[in-house]
Amino acid sequence: MEKETCTFSYCKKPEVTEVDCDLLIMGGGMAGCGAAFEACRWANAKGLKVVLVDKAATDRSGAVAMGLSAINTYVGENKCADYVKYVRNDLMGIIREDLVFDLGRHVDDSVQLFEEWGLPIWKKGDDGFSMDGHQAREAGKAALKDGGTPVRTGKWQIMINGESYKVVVAEAAKKALQTNREKTGMAQNHFERVFIVKAVMDTNGKNVAAAIGFSTRENKIYSFKAKAMICATAGAVNCFRPRSVGEGMGRTWYPVFSCGSGYAFGMQAGAELTLMENRFVPARFKDGYGPVGAWFLFFKAKATDSYGEDYCANKEYFDDAVARYGDYAKGLGTAIRNHLMMRAMKDGKGPILMQTPAAMETIAKNMKEKLGDKEGTKKIKHLEAEAWEDFLDMAIGQASLWAARNIEPDKVPSEIMPTEPYLLGSHAGCAGFWVSGPGDLPGTPEHYTWGYNRMSTVPGLFMAGDVVGASGHKFSSGSHAEGRMAAKAAIAYILDNADYKPAPKLSLDEIAAELYLPFEVYEKYKTYTTAPEINPNYIGPKALQARLMKISDEYFGGVSTWYMTSKTMLEEGLRQLEMLKEDANKMAASNLHELLRCFENYHRILSVEAHARHILFREESRYPGYYYRGDFNKIDDANWKCFTNSKYNAETNTWEFKKVPYVQMYA
Amino acid sequence: MPSFVITEKCDGCKAQDKTACQYICPHDLMALDREKMKAYNQEPEQCWECFNCVKICPQQAIEVRGYSDFVPLGSQTIPLRGTDSIMWTIKFRSGLTKRFKFPIRTTVEGSVDPYAGKPEPDFATIKQPGFFTAPARKE
Repeated sequence: MEKETCTFSYCKKPEVTEVDCDLLIMGGGMAGCGAAFEACRWANAKGLKVVLVDKAATDRSGAVAMGLSAINTYVGENKCADYVKYVRNDLMGIIREDLVFDLGRHVDDSVQLFEEWGLPIWKKGDDGFSMDGHQAREAGKAALKDGGTPVRTGKWQIMINGESYKVVVAEAAKKALQTNREKTGMAQNHFERVFIVKAVMDTNGKNVAAAIGFSTRENKIYSFKAKAMICATAGAVNCFRPRSVGEGMGRTWYPVFSCGSGYAFGMQAGAELTLMENRFVPARFKDGYGPVGAWFLFFKAKATDSYGEDYCANKEYFDDAVARYGDYAKGLGTAIRNHLMMRAMKDGKGPILMQTPAAMETIAKNMKEKLGDKEGTKKIKHLEAEAWEDFLDMAIGQASLWAARNIEPDKVPSEIMPTEPYLLGSHAGCAGFWVSGPGDLPGTPEHYTWGYNRMSTVPGLFMAGDVVGASGHKFSSGSHAEGRMAAKAAIAYILDNADYKPAPKLSLDEIAAELYLPFEVYEKYKTYTTAPEINPNYIGPKALQARLMKISDEYFGGVSTWYMTSKTMLEEGLRQLEMLKEDANKMAASNLHELLRCFENYHRILSVEAHARHILFREESRYPGYYYRGDFNKIDDANWKCFTNSKYNAETNTWEFKKVPYVQMYA
Repeated sequence: MPSFVITEKCDGCKAQDKTACQYICPHDLMALDREKMKAYNQEPEQCWECFNCVKICPQQAIEVRGYSDFVPLGSQTIPLRGTDSIMWTIKFRSGLTKRFKFPIRTTVEGSVDPYAGKPEPDFATIKQPGFFTAPARKE
């Protein structure tokens, strides 16, 4: 097929703005806000310029856009080494223990800052029951940094009133950026509604010289040149065909606007990936995808099949899991619990139910026994509100769904279900880039460190949050802390490389032509047919996504095959994906919103390709319950207890794979 | 659960330099019909139901209707976000109504002063663990 190029014969050429800075932060979520807060303090002292670019409004961008009801990583009274062991168990034995320990030793400072900035954190009352953030303040309960006792659900999680979590964190980041503007005289260093699309390499062949993107509000293109960059963008969602394919397609568990832009950016720069085969398939309340964590951990609810049996305790399922997946099955991590749930579902024992009434009844009984009828009833009311807040803070639609179905959790149990797959590196998944660790921890092997913490294999390109591989379970607080760690290291890198002047390989005209190609294609062909959405010369963003989802779902282990795939399936899917990738050259957009969607979906395609190729490379089923290699349906430690790393060459469209040794640093 | 805009209530934020819902939607869904001066959700099947447009609308013109693939009709979830707390009214299909109030922040909006009282960065430690605010934990 002939390749399309943009000569601006059909669409108007946009204004192109070059922005020069020292540090560029891409993404304004938790990691990006953490990076801005830390970076500006160091940068201000040296007159360095820090710029943050967000494709949305930073007050409500990223995974915490809706809010959260808990902070899942607060080490507090625990030991960082135990945090490492917990993450290792949940991620089936292969993690970068240096990165995880490093995260653990830094994360609490971020949580304590959130509280200082105004995030309400639940505290334990004198009667042992929980108080919300306002009650705690009125009762004079100490802040976390002064030894206040949070309400723990699990060992690592604390409860918050998190409707405005992101607004509060963004406020600190925006103020930090403002101090940097005042210090350096920059007119603007916080760009909202600018979508970064591509890495442009330096003429030196090593660095990324510029990040290019476009405004989603006006016909403007940006080229951000920087000495160092932090990629702090999200994982990838809506890559696999979801369970709801109508309007409900938007009701993804992770934010629907996460489209793998960070994966795509690093891949275009040739940064090494690790464990991209890893994915997360959360078991959540069916359809509404409301959180189950508080129900399991805080309300101590049990999940059973429809006959009331605890599927995790089913001897046949469990013994079979141990036979295939060895001791990993005994750890009952998230993947294995999913696996056992699916066994019950495949035996027709569904729907799987979260037994909320039994849990509420037990708690109510305890409260009345402890406090008497009157006080007990008051506490029960508070408890009911807590249960609803869990949804209203972070998955509001789940509350609406319960209301629409007349579900009162103290009266009827609710269905839970494994979702479609998600790619991410900060929640219970670890797909991302291979980055340098801090290097100072005892027992760190040489191949874990190359100079600057959280720097990818591309000099000056740092990673934070979802795009860091082999280091999951950071969640919101850990992503913020990791942004700060990356920022500090990036400032050190900039100071060490003060003479570097970015020289992008592409001219501004070439950049504009590449970014506006979907406009050119649309305008060139749109009048050929009577209905512009049906046209043989191009593909619109929705069609692009539908094709991607169908391929992923049917060949790469989506819900339609019960997460099952194999060498032959993967190879066929990759053949079809390659054609889709070629067709992306004929993406068409009729307005800026569609241009955004075109590139978002292109980033999804690249993310999925990395995912599928990694699954193909790893000849075992390391993550049962997330995906299965039917041709290697067991865990094979002898051959595969290692990292799987890959490198994509964007110029030649080729991949290199290798195994990298895993080292256990904490016994 | 796509958001929808009530025709009678929406004034296109004509008194402001940009519409609030367009500004805040994390997924670029809200659009403004300039002829009618009314906002609308241009891609309902991409709506995450984050309610940020609902919460920010100065006219309270935006609500949410359950995803047509799995939500029965008849329920309502309405937030009223204040300066330090949020009120929720949840109406069940059966008519049952529940009301909740939750804290959202403990400080005045806009009052965060990120570096006040914090130490200056010590460049001798820039390649060591820890932040400018505090050293890292040892264990």
